[in-house]
Amino acid sequence: MDENAAHRLKSGLLKAGHLIGLFLAMAIICLPGLWIVLSSLRPTVEIMAKPPVWIPQQISFDAYIAMFSGVGQGGIPVLEYFRNSIVISVTSTVIALAVGMAGGYAFARYRFSFKSSIFLGFMLTRTVPGIALSLPLFFVYAKLGIIDTHFGLILAYVALNVPFTIWLIDGFFRQVPRDLAEAAQIDGCTRWQAFWQVEFPLARPGIASAGIFAFLISWNEFALASQLTRSTNSKTLPVGLLDYTAEFTIDWRGMCALAVVMIIPALTLTFIVQKHLVSGLTSGAVKG
Amino acid sequence: MATVSLKNLVKNYGNLEVVHSIDLEVEDREFIALVGPSGCGKSTSLRMIAGLENISGGEIRIGDRVVNDLPPRQRNISMVFQSYALYPHMTVAENMGFSLKIAGRPKSEIEAAVAEAARTLSLENLLERRPSQLSGGQRQRVAMGRAIVRNPDVFLFDEPLSNLDAKLRMQMRTEIKKLHAKVQSTVIYVTHDQVEAMTLSDRIVIMRDGHIEQVGTPEEVFKRPQTRFVAGFIGSPTMNLREATVDDGKLAFDNGDTLPLPPQFRSAVTAGQKVVFGLRPDDLYPAGHGLHSGEAHDVHTISVPVSITEPLGNETLVFAEFAGEDWIARMLNPRDLHPGKKIDLSFDLSQAHLFDAGTEKILRS
Repeated sequence: MDENAAHRLKSGLLKAGHLIGLFLAMAIICLPGLWIVLSSLRPTVEIMAKPPVWIPQQISFDAYIAMFSGVGQGGIPVLEYFRNSIVISVTSTVIALAVGMAGGYAFARYRFSFKSSIFLGFMLTRTVPGIALSLPLFFVYAKLGIIDTHFGLILAYVALNVPFTIWLIDGFFRQVPRDLAEAAQIDGCTRWQAFWQVEFPLARPGIASAGIFAFLISWNEFALASQLTRSTNSKTLPVGLLDYTAEFTIDWRGMCALAVVMIIPALTLTFIVQKHLVSGLTSGAVKG
Repeated sequence: MATVSLKNLVKNYGNLEVVHSIDLEVEDREFIALVGPSGCGKSTSLRMIAGLENISGGEIRIGDRVVNDLPPRQRNISMVFQSYALYPHMTVAENMGFSLKIAGRPKSEIEAAVAEAARTLSLENLLERRPSQLSGGQRQRVAMGRAIVRNPDVFLFDEPLSNLDAKLRMQMRTEIKKLHAKVQSTVIYVTHDQVEAMTLSDRIVIMRDGHIEQVGTPEEVFKRPQTRFVAGFIGSPTMNLREATVDDGKLAFDNGDTLPLPPQFRSAVTAGQKVVFGLRPDDLYPAGHGLHSGEAHDVHTISVPVSITEPLGNETLVFAEFAGEDWIARMLNPRDLHPGKKIDLSFDLSQAHLFDAGTEKILRS
């Protein structure tokens, strides 16, 4: 075998190894999701079986039917939970994005005193685990009388998401050359128009990704929601999962079915928004 | 079309003053170039005219309006940026028509204006492309097209050719000159490239450390530099500038070598005065290989050794050692010269410049 053939073989093997590695990594990432979907479709005996049953013997949608069949017939108020989750997640995401855009723009474009300290301060708030805040937050909310309200959770999630959205959007505005906004101003724009006509469209991938992350964090958040909600007035889907636990039993199939119901909107949203995540949109703006 | 007038224009950043009270009158339809080394305040001055920087003092007039505090959009100017600053999310046509769209003009008018500008700049085939699909030269033309479409009173150019390679730069230089001839508007052009300034402009403003050193036509600043800085900045290769002391009808250099004091300066200097002697490479040449000939020139020839040579084909730059330093001489109709060889070097003293070593200002002949 000559030298070239040996190298060809080696690069072929490397490529195969690379693909196998990727497949394994993806399998590990996707397996829990797949397991949830499978578990929502089969009886508890099969879910709890040891060794695990990979291919379901029989598939039934009983858990989904039961979920929507109302309280008393094995159902839970899923529509109310869903509504609460949507209202809270969407509102908190919109607010976090608005504040994040204003803040990110300010950090990217303006000079002001204590800029880096403030930025660092924002980042530090992210180092505190949400659960550590739940008790103090509970006391404050109890005093204010906003426990078990949409407002209370929206407030908590905005506070949770704003540092993150500012940080992410700041990075994207930094990538938009300053010259572009100046050129727009010379072309007749006000500062405000220059932002919406030129800088915003170019930072959109960043704003979209910040939006997805903020939405997912609010949508999936459990620790705070479980403390700050009480009833169908404000309970979100992750808290609703607890409805499937009783004193001595856990309805794994029902829980998995609700988890699937939770995953679908998040997955759909991510899918819709991902087309805005095209990076490299600013190429060609300036020399490069 | 308009005049531009700067009066006592000042710019501070905190305690740091970067533009010190400059005055400048730009005529209607004049092409004026601001040149100077990095950090001389030329771009800052341009940005103040554009309204992109606040002014700290003084007055800016465009036409008969004082525009000191007006935002850029109310100054009726266009600007071409060094980075092109094209909007990447818009096509070439949208880029060029953007200002009219913002102004709320009808679609038909925008299309007509864009088509007209595209014709002027040969961009007709590129109108549907995005900036990322264009070459550097094309992007630069689009940036100029965007400026033309606005039909402004004043065009501002901020080092528009610095990002292009040498060949393209020359080509675009010609295009800018043609464009100015066609649109006949007032242009203020910032560059650090003196060749661009010399070739394009009606008048050149040479700036240094936030001051204006000299304003004049390309010929004036080349032939009659008012300060040592201008003498050294304008011209390529640069003027030979050497410190000397006036001594009994001679100029004595530090190592003891001397040159006769050019007669035209005799009344302008006093014995013992420290001066800077300046001679362009064109006026310094191996005997018989110079630009000038004839009686009118006061030529002094000295035998000196050659350090190195830079052949350029039609001429050779000769670095010859005199007064302890290398002097650049321009040799026309070149012949082979070897380092170390002694040559007769002719100094055309009638073309010499003399500056006071302290004030660095020209000494009148």
